[in-house]
Amino acid sequence: MIGVTFTALIWHWRRNPLQLFTLLAGLALATALWSGVQAINAEARASYDAAAATLGEGRFDRLNRRDGQPISEATYVQLRRAGWLVSPVIEGRIDSVRLVGVELLTAPGGLAPAAFGDAAAIAGLGGDQVIAAEGTKLAGVRVVIDPDIAPQTAIADIGTAQKLLNRAGEIDTLVVAPQQPLIQAALADVAPELTRQIAQSGSDIGRLTDSFHLNLTAFGLLSFAVGIFIVHGAIGLAFEQRRGTVRTLRALGVPLRPLILLMVAELLSLAFLAGLIGVGLGYVIAGLLLPDVAATLRGLYGADVAGTLQLRPIWWASGMAIALGGTAIAASGALWKLSRLPLLAGGNPRALAVAAGRGAKVQGFAAVVLLTAAAILALFGNSILAGFALLAALLIGAALALPLILSRVLDWASVRATGVVTQWFWADTRQQLPGLSLALMALLLAMAANIGVSTMVSSFRLTFVAFLDQRLSSELYVNAETPAQAIAIEAYGKANADAVLPVQSEKVMISGQPAEVFGGRDHSTYRENWRFLQAQAMPWDAVHTGQGILINEQLARRANLAIGETIAVTGQVYTVAGVYGDYGNPIGQAVIDEGQFAKLFPDVRPVRFGIRMDRDKVAAFVAAMARDIDVPAANTIHQAGIKAFSLGVFERTFTVTTALNILTLAVAGFAILMSLLTLTAMRVPQLAPAWAMGMTRRNLGASELVRTLLLASMTAVVALPLGLALAWVLLAVVNVAAFGWQLPMYLFPADYARLGGLALLAATIAALWPALRLARTPPSDLLKVFSNER
Amino acid sequence: MNVRAIFLLLWLPVAAWSQGFAGLGQSAEGFTRPMPNPTFTFPQDHGPHPDYRIEWWYITANLRDENGVDYGLQWTLFRSAFAPEAGTGWTSPQVWMGHAAVTTPQAHFVTERLARGGIGQAGVIAAPFEAWIDEWRFAGSLDQATLSAAGPEFGYDMTLTAAGPLVFHGDRGYSVKSAGDQASYYYSQPFYDIAGTLHLPQGDVAVSGEAWLDREWSSQPLAEDQSGWDWFSLSFDDGAKMMGFRLRGNETYTAATWIAADGTTMALPHGAFQAEPLETASVNQRDIPTTWAVRLPEKGVDVTVQAVNPNAWMATSVPYWEGPVRITGSHTGRGYLEMTGYE
Repeated sequence: MIGVTFTALIWHWRRNPLQLFTLLAGLALATALWSGVQAINAEARASYDAAAATLGEGRFDRLNRRDGQPISEATYVQLRRAGWLVSPVIEGRIDSVRLVGVELLTAPGGLAPAAFGDAAAIAGLGGDQVIAAEGTKLAGVRVVIDPDIAPQTAIADIGTAQKLLNRAGEIDTLVVAPQQPLIQAALADVAPELTRQIAQSGSDIGRLTDSFHLNLTAFGLLSFAVGIFIVHGAIGLAFEQRRGTVRTLRALGVPLRPLILLMVAELLSLAFLAGLIGVGLGYVIAGLLLPDVAATLRGLYGADVAGTLQLRPIWWASGMAIALGGTAIAASGALWKLSRLPLLAGGNPRALAVAAGRGAKVQGFAAVVLLTAAAILALFGNSILAGFALLAALLIGAALALPLILSRVLDWASVRATGVVTQWFWADTRQQLPGLSLALMALLLAMAANIGVSTMVSSFRLTFVAFLDQRLSSELYVNAETPAQAIAIEAYGKANADAVLPVQSEKVMISGQPAEVFGGRDHSTYRENWRFLQAQAMPWDAVHTGQGILINEQLARRANLAIGETIAVTGQVYTVAGVYGDYGNPIGQAVIDEGQFAKLFPDVRPVRFGIRMDRDKVAAFVAAMARDIDVPAANTIHQAGIKAFSLGVFERTFTVTTALNILTLAVAGFAILMSLLTLTAMRVPQLAPAWAMGMTRRNLGASELVRTLLLASMTAVVALPLGLALAWVLLAVVNVAAFGWQLPMYLFPADYARLGGLALLAATIAALWPALRLARTPPSDLLKVFSNER
Repeated sequence: MNVRAIFLLLWLPVAAWSQGFAGLGQSAEGFTRPMPNPTFTFPQDHGPHPDYRIEWWYITANLRDENGVDYGLQWTLFRSAFAPEAGTGWTSPQVWMGHAAVTTPQAHFVTERLARGGIGQAGVIAAPFEAWIDEWRFAGSLDQATLSAAGPEFGYDMTLTAAGPLVFHGDRGYSVKSAGDQASYYYSQPFYDIAGTLHLPQGDVAVSGEAWLDREWSSQPLAEDQSGWDWFSLSFDDGAKMMGFRLRGNETYTAATWIAADGTTMALPHGAFQAEPLETASVNQRDIPTTWAVRLPEKGVDVTVQAVNPNAWMATSVPYWEGPVRITGSHTGRGYLEMTGYE
């Protein structure tokens, strides 16, 4: 009997292959977007975690020199002999590879754990050998492959690392073991020049890139929500349409329980199938986007992310879980209704409108509660979590409110309509609204997400490009290898270019924060190009009179400094004259006058120079400098090159964003298509009277198309403020929480117009087929509607 | 075994467990090997011998507080080389390992240190004598020295005074370890009076007693088939002392030194010293014999040796059992027991 019942139920899908396709495709797309984004995030995070694990970043306290200079081996031994269980670490870059030297015998457990895994790798560590992930190239040493090590990172014994980095006897930091002996000398007595830096949870890279990943995650969640709207609609319709079958089966004696269980089993198998397809598709999406994401992260934050995707079982698990869970959410309502159905009352397909009308009050109430919560969070929330909660409340609240808003607008329009056809059009549109509202909500979310994310990305780009213009104002940068060469470069530049601007810096502590202080030359380059977030009048004058100091936003926020306040740099007091944006820099920064810098740090000589000249002369100058004073071209950096690189990075970011934008819009368009297709069949009885009274089928089809466009346009109008609110949350709440600085928000009306156009295009394409089908409905079908009339 | 231990075993030139306990049965190629009829030169020989693969400065002490509670103390500095040269800086092939422990009847505290040679973090200087790893020190002279070590939960500060001469094991310090040609140079100072303070979680405890220093170096002390040893240092109440060991392999190999109260020694050949486990205790998921029947018929010794605290497990990179013992039977007294290679 169960077999027969199952066949009867399954028959529905054979008669409605389109519905089956909707269900499977909706669920598969939702799962694909979700798992694709998760895959990208997981891959990037795995890379950071490997990087953090490699160095035990954040897990151990560290001892560093106050002045930022390297620690000597003698100090290390003195500390050990005073009962301090510390382990030396040296770090540097060779080409693009981050080389970390650790001392394996004293390293606390968990520092460089990956390095200890492979016996063969360890045995040779004393020699010229490093351990690194596959694909890491390092000349002059044997590279032992260990997949657990972060990409572009190599681990070596400290002795080997010192040799490779050409820094014999130097130590960058001492890692403090968590357990120290009972008896220990005070740090101030042994090494007063060292300061203890308490372990921070979470790696630096992780915190820097969190914002990027938050955006991706938000995108993934939104996409999934959009998909679930589709699935909910498809399942709801399938159940509505199968009421007749269910009634017949029950009348024939099939008990309710097995019937429901069968339907659950049926849905679960479908969800499983869709989940498999979805995870597969997600893998493809992630695989296509990951190289761009990796390049973006490397460019923006210097975070090394593997550009290739590893198939991690957790994605299959989470993808399947989300597919099954999503189906369960989407189907629970329908199943619940079915279980409550009186035996003989199931025959008539209820108009969706009736159910929607009853739910409207609840929906309106939920929308008000959520939007109120969003407002409260916007006012008081200041953590990443609060930012996310705000996003969720805002978006879901707005989605729930959408049908109510549209319904009000339609009411307003229908009251003002004059002609008969117009009145019918508005009334019919209202009648259709409940059936379309899920698809419209999906469209709203998709558009809002697109507006929000593209506003954020574009704002970031504008800010960053302006920032590059400010910071990279010299046409050419030259690095000196030796102090003698530095002097030669400065002299050569003075003789052969418009101006030479030395770049000199020193690591210091300012107001308890680690910071880098720069000595700036008095030159119009700075006066003309630098933009300040806040500044007193003529900030550069204050700097060059020796009293003023300029600080970056990070330092201002962390040390709570404002214009006019005074701070000390190695004992010398300065007044804050300006605060400038310093995007992407994890630590504090300050600029003082060149002369002041020379007084404070007499031993520091500039090793880098910005050289101003006519842009066209750069290439000739580089060639001449190589010939005349033997400075290799490899030591020069063209400003144009850096800018091109940075812009290239942004282009990749846009590739990612655009791809996700198009995918979400496609999903939303698909939702509209499917809703319309299922509605078309049900609408014949409603349209037949209009046809009978003289409207042509062609007119009916056209009115369908217009209606869809109208609803989509209205949705777009609601989506715009919602998207801007979303962008504001991302820039002013989430970003501040994640990065420590606020990005200015810019508006891009042309982008929004294009996006609106795209959305309308998607809606039109989606509505075209159903409208055509309607226009071609055989008159006999329309006549049949009246066959039972008396 | 944790990865760190794997690393350690590889770093220390110990290729595989199969070659004797802690790899001590590994071949000694390139290293100098102990030869019969040695001549020791002091104080130089109190210092390190980098051309030999392994070496140790090993102090154990039986202590008692004013309430009559027994304690055991251990301070050990191991040197291990993966090439027969001293070397300087990070490239030095010498590696140092320190073990410190305090055993009470209820508890056993143990801690370990590791250090690279060549940078000054650990080492031994013969004169003026100083052996150190990190802040742990055994310094002064072999006759009069201070001794200190600390871990996260315990520490100690002791002074040692020699009340007798150095004694040489085997054939004038050439100690044979197997029927093959495995051997080491081995001498001891078993006559230390020791006093000082134990820093324990419950507070400082003033203690005194006797201590025993072992100095031993070799390049391949164990035969390939030897998996571990049971080593006894016994101080009898009548003033005599005895060192005996039992090397477990395809055949058990034993040797012993009888030390009269005046310091005169008598080396006893393979088979003279007998030790049989009487009881085992489950320590760290291993069955460890913590009560022994020890016999040396030549000297009329027939005693039972029992651990003060059976849980004296040294959970170090290379784990073993080491702790104070009580002696009853034909003779009475105190001593130390070390057991290695129990898997």
